[in-house]
Order: sequence, then structure tokens, then C-alpha cells
Amino acid sequence: MNLRLVLCCVLALASVSAHAQVTARQLLEPDPQPANWLSYSRDYNNQRHSPLTQINARNVARLRLQWVWQARSLEKFEATPLVVNGVLYTVQAPNDVVALDAATGRIFWTYSHQPSPARTCCGRVNRGLAILGDTLFMGTVDAHLLAIDAKSGQLLWDAPVADAAAQYSITMPPLVVNDKVYIGTAGGDMGIRGFIAAYDAKTGKQLWKFYTIPVAGEPGNDTWSGESWKKGGAGIWNHGAYDPDANLVYFGTGNPAPDWDGRTRLGDNLYSDSVVALDADSGKLRWHYQFTPHDELDYDSTQVPVLADISWHGKPRKVMLWANRNGLMYVLDRITGEFLLGKPYVEVNWMDGFDAQGHPHRVPGMVPTPQGTLVRPHVHGAINWAPPAYNPRTGLFYVAHWEHSGIVAIEGQFPQSVGINARQTTMGDVTLEPFLNNDDEARGVIRAYDPATLKPRWEYSLGNITWGGMLSTAGDVVFGGGKDGYFVALDAKTGKLLWKAALGGQVNAGAMSYAVNGKQYVAIAAGTALFVFSL
Amino acid sequence: MRASRLPALLCLLVGSPLAMAQHATGSDVFSGEQAFQSYCANCHGKAGNQIANVDLGHGVFRKPYSDDELANIVVKGIPGTPMPATPNMSAAQAAQIVAYLRSRALLKDMSAGGDAARGKALFAGKGQCGSCHRVDGEGSRRGPDLSRIGLLRTSDQLATSLLDPNSEVQPNNRSYAVTTKDGARISGRLLNHDAYSVQLLDSSEQLRSFQRAELRSEGFIPSPMPAVRGSLTDQEVADLVRYLASLRGPEKK
Repeated sequence: MNLRLVLCCVLALASVSAHAQVTARQLLEPDPQPANWLSYSRDYNNQRHSPLTQINARNVARLRLQWVWQARSLEKFEATPLVVNGVLYTVQAPNDVVALDAATGRIFWTYSHQPSPARTCCGRVNRGLAILGDTLFMGTVDAHLLAIDAKSGQLLWDAPVADAAAQYSITMPPLVVNDKVYIGTAGGDMGIRGFIAAYDAKTGKQLWKFYTIPVAGEPGNDTWSGESWKKGGAGIWNHGAYDPDANLVYFGTGNPAPDWDGRTRLGDNLYSDSVVALDADSGKLRWHYQFTPHDELDYDSTQVPVLADISWHGKPRKVMLWANRNGLMYVLDRITGEFLLGKPYVEVNWMDGFDAQGHPHRVPGMVPTPQGTLVRPHVHGAINWAPPAYNPRTGLFYVAHWEHSGIVAIEGQFPQSVGINARQTTMGDVTLEPFLNNDDEARGVIRAYDPATLKPRWEYSLGNITWGGMLSTAGDVVFGGGKDGYFVALDAKTGKLLWKAALGGQVNAGAMSYAVNGKQYVAIAAGTALFVFSL
Repeated sequence: MRASRLPALLCLLVGSPLAMAQHATGSDVFSGEQAFQSYCANCHGKAGNQIANVDLGHGVFRKPYSDDELANIVVKGIPGTPMPATPNMSAAQAAQIVAYLRSRALLKDMSAGGDAARGKALFAGKGQCGSCHRVDGEGSRRGPDLSRIGLLRTSDQLATSLLDPNSEVQPNNRSYAVTTKDGARISGRLLNHDAYSVQLLDSSEQLRSFQRAELRSEGFIPSPMPAVRGSLTDQEVADLVRYLASLRGPEKK
């Protein structure tokens, strides 16, 4: 045998020790590796809370820019990066994956996916990746789920999740639990029938599929009049959560279709605008809670579920915190789905209370009318998909949202700005017009809420509205940003502004934090670039 | 080497019916290759073998054609088939493509008589290719991933890489070594570099980034790919080439 072949063989044996980077156990318990950020929200609770403390409330004023990575894309940059052992992975919209040196921003490799023509409601965007072992997972705007080698950027498998020609798309980060990859489809504004599917992480084989709208004969199908359930929407836009003790995965679902016109889909329209709790192995529905029955204002419940273990009336309780697009904030028991508390956190006029089971009481007349009805909050909501944060040290729930927003819903007019053909729009026979009032202009705020009472502890005004998410750190700093392009660091206990940077582009993502060689960094996407700061 | 040999090979065609090819120069063949890759490879593949029963790279057409007939097909297409017309192509350029195809047919097909199944067994076994290369998620990342190599390289190029690995190394597959100031030597494939830093996939399959100011020395090194001449028979090379040429990337689920 050739000596060089022998050498290769020896090297091959040595490479056996090149272990997989990210284990299922590390995804479940990320805290022992605080330098890494292994999933969209860092943990299955979606707390977006980093245990790193090098950057803290005392020194954050000294943060300095370390590097910038410019995406070669003019799409909105909504992805939260992952960091694994000094390598940062993110998405250049719509669907190029890049691996960067997390300390310098230099590129290791780029994987380019050329999506087939896909029609997305709100931009050809992507919110991030998932990883297991040495494999990255990405959903694409043409509704594929891709597995990509994290070391080389090579495609490993390509699973078509749904038909892009039928208006399905994927913008959400996949959720990985054990050996499964969970993905859902957007397209609820286009009249799809939404679903969540689980795939074998190794092979890309589909294991099960849960439709967010029950088929005829299943419980809940009778909440849709006629055949409306077939194209009833209820897409999935953002990351799910996982409770290992209950073995449940949780996902928020989007609006029913047509979005703004409920006359063709009478009933509550389950499971649109809901949270569904599914058995992680079988995909069977264990419980659900519907935030907005029979929605006519596009109040998607596509926010990420935030799981926290808190004291509830003096006893420990596993809860789910939810700041919803419909202007209401919720505390649910995440094991049983029990409604514990719900409150408006912005001005809300479409409902005025709950019954004991948590069903909202609708205010009569708060529907689209020929004259137009002012409905609060705005169609874009009190919050859209942007992820909040929870700091277990302060026990506070941090949410960036919109104040003083409303919309005028006018029946009998077709929106001209959406749809291929106005007469065929799936938004419905209703126009929504922005409610403008110079004395009462909408603005963005960051607020810290006590999850036991849902009362705000402090507020920081962003001035303009925000599509940015939150980051909390064990240094008791929270980071956020807004449409003005400012990235701010606030005292987690008081909300005091500690530091800010003008990034020159809208913040459309949530920040994250990681460390390389003992140095902590904070990364945030703004405009079409990723900005990375450290002390 | 191939470029300098081609005019000589073409001279052997005197007396054949290949009237145009008799007068083809090395430059014609080179231009023909460029035109082929621009106009034809999208459907026929870089190696010219992606259409059933047609292997342009080895002179296999659906029926024997004269040079004039081939040039006519290149410009006018074949009506009623997916072969399109290319009306903006000059007669001279079509003749260059024909000259290129004729020259290809004269080269020895290193995969002739090869068997992909035997090649796959060789890849995993005696050839030990998986100790450095990866196919469909299996094997090492030390060398280039070969999962789609059949789409990227012709059979002749693959044979050359096996027999003479350093003769042509793709820019993204070059081997590089750095020595840090504390004496550590790290080698791997060069992924990226700039005025201040170098990025490698190192020999233990880690993505590594180095600041040049922290390096004692750095530079390209020969490919660690061993030449198979002497360790594999011609038949085994043919089998391996046939297998590699069959690798077209992961299928959709």
C-alpha cells in the first residue's frame, strides 16, 4: 500500500474523535456552555437570556463595535444567528447560509439556495437556523427544509415541506428536539391550510404532520362554516418551545383566511390565532388555547411562546407567557393549558373581559363596517413576530411593542395593495386604513412586566415603532432596538438607558450574545447588516 | 499538457470526413470549449453526457453526423425536440464547438469499461477515499466533499485528479499550513483570507481563523491527495471514475 494512503488511513482514525458539535442534551441544557447560542432563543423556553456577565450594567456604556457583516441582500434581516464554538451561522435573506468567524466576521463558507418563485405575504425573509450534531437546518421561502453540513456548507438533504405554488412558504427557524426537526409553514394570508411537521434529523424523512385546521369529522372542524376550513390559513411563522417534562412542543398559529373578512368563515375558526401543545413524539394535540376566536383583524398569534417557572399565588408553577398581537398579555399553565391571567397591555377596544375559561368577551360593533370602525390595536398589532425575553434573575418579562396604534376597518372595499388581483385577494372584502392622529401617534416602547400580575415595572420609550426583539443577559442588561435604527442597552431592573448605538438601519431582529476565547459579544441585525459589539 | 497535445491529435484526422476539424487549431478547440460550456453545458452537462443516449464528450451521438450536420444542429437546433436553435451563433463559432467535440472524442475515456458499483466499493474500501473525502454526509471533510462531483467535473478531469492530484487543484480546495508564534502547525483547506486573517477547515475538521500578526509562517502546501497510480489498476481507476461521475448530490425527499 502506498505510504501516503497509509498516512491518510491513520489520519482517518484520528478523525474519529472529531465529535459532533451540538448534542440533543446541549440543546436541552445550554447553560453549561454559556459561550454558545445554539438555537433561535438560546433555550427551549425562548427566554433569550444569556448567562454571560462580562458585559453588565456597570460597564455596558463602554461597548464598542468589533465588526460588521454586510449581507448581499436587500431583504429585511430578521435572522437571529447561532454561535457554536466560535463559528457564527446566520442567514442572508432569503436563504443563503453563511458561516463566519464569530470573533472577526470573516467568512468561512456560504451555502446558496436559489428558491423557486415563492409568494410570501411580507418579504422573502428568514428568521434563523437550527443545529444538531454537525448539521444546520433551514426552512426556505419556497417551503423546503434543508439540512446543511455545518463544517463545509454542503447540502445533506432537501425535503420539500409543501408546495410553494400553492402559496406555502417558510420563514421560521426550525425547532430541534432530540432527533426531530419541527417546521411549520407560513402562507396563512394566502389561503393555505397550515400545518406543523416533524422530520427525522438524520434522513429528512417526514415523521408526522399536524394540521392547524381540523379536517371534516375531527373535533374543531365545526368552527368553520362550509368549506372554509380548506383554505383557512393558520400558518406558523416563528419558533416553537419545548417542555421536556411534559414532552410537549408548543407553537403559535397565525390568522384565519380571509384575513379581514370573517363572513365566509363563521365560527371560532380553530386552531387559528392559538397556541397548540403537541406531543413531541406523535404530534397529537394535547391542548390548545385560542387567543382571538373568529379574528377579523389579522391578530396572528405567531409570537414565540415564553416558558418560565414562577411563583403563582405562593406556589411554583410552570407557565407560558404570551404578549399577543391582539393587545392582550397572557399567563397560561403550560402543562394543562389552563388560562390563569389575561390583560390588555396596550389600548384594546375589541374586547372588554374574559370568562372563567379565558374566552374573550367581544365588544359589539367592533367589526369592519361600511362607515369604518376604529379598532385598537393596529392590524400590525401590539407586537408582531418579534421575540420577547425573560430574565430569571429579575423575574421580569421584557417586551418591545407598539402603543397608541389603531386601524380603521371598512367593509365592502377591496384592499388594493395586496393580492395578485384585488378581486381575488385572500385578505377579504375589507379595507384597513391606518389611523393617523398627530396628537396620539403610535410609538414603540420596551416594557418590563411582572409575570405574576402582568403589571409593568418600567417603560422605556423608543420613539418610533419597533419590529425588534429583546435580549436579556445575566449582567442584568436588556437589549432592544426599533425602526429608528437605534440599538439600546437598558438596566434590566430599572429600564434606565445605559448605552445606545445608531446603526443606520431598521432593527428587525432580536439580539443575541456569545463568547469567543473568554470575550463576550452582542450581535444585532439592522438594515441589511449584522453588527457585533464587545467591551 | 492536454492543450499542447490537441493540435497534434487533430492532425491525425487528415483523411477523415471531418473536413472542418482538419483545419481546427488549438485555439479553435479552446474557444469551442468555452462556447460549449456557455451554450450547451446547461442541458448537456459539463461533460456532455447528461442527455440520454448522448455523450458529446466521447463522440456518442444519436446517429453519425458529419461536421457540417453537427454545426447545423448547433445553430438551428432539432425541431420537435428540446434541442433549441441558437440563431445568434456564427458559423465559425459553431465550427469551433464541433472541433472541440471531435477533439474530446479522441481522448481516452478513463471511465470506459468502468463499473460504478465496483467504484463505490473501492471508494469505501481499498481506495480509502472516505478517509479524506465525504459523500452524502459520510466520510471525512479533510478533502473536498464529492457528493456532487459528477456535476462539477468531467470524467477526464476526475481521472486526472486521481492520477496526478497536484496537476490541477480548484481554488477552494488548496491546502494551506500556518505555524503560530508558539510553534503550533495547523494545516487544512484554505477557505478565505484577507490582509489580516486566514480561515481554514483544518485537518481535524474544525473551522479555524488566525490573525496573520500571530503567525510565524504560512503558505500553500502540496495537496495531501495521494496519486493512485501504482496502488490501483487501470480497471479500478475506471471503476472509481465511473462512480465519481455518477455522484449528483442528494435527491429530494
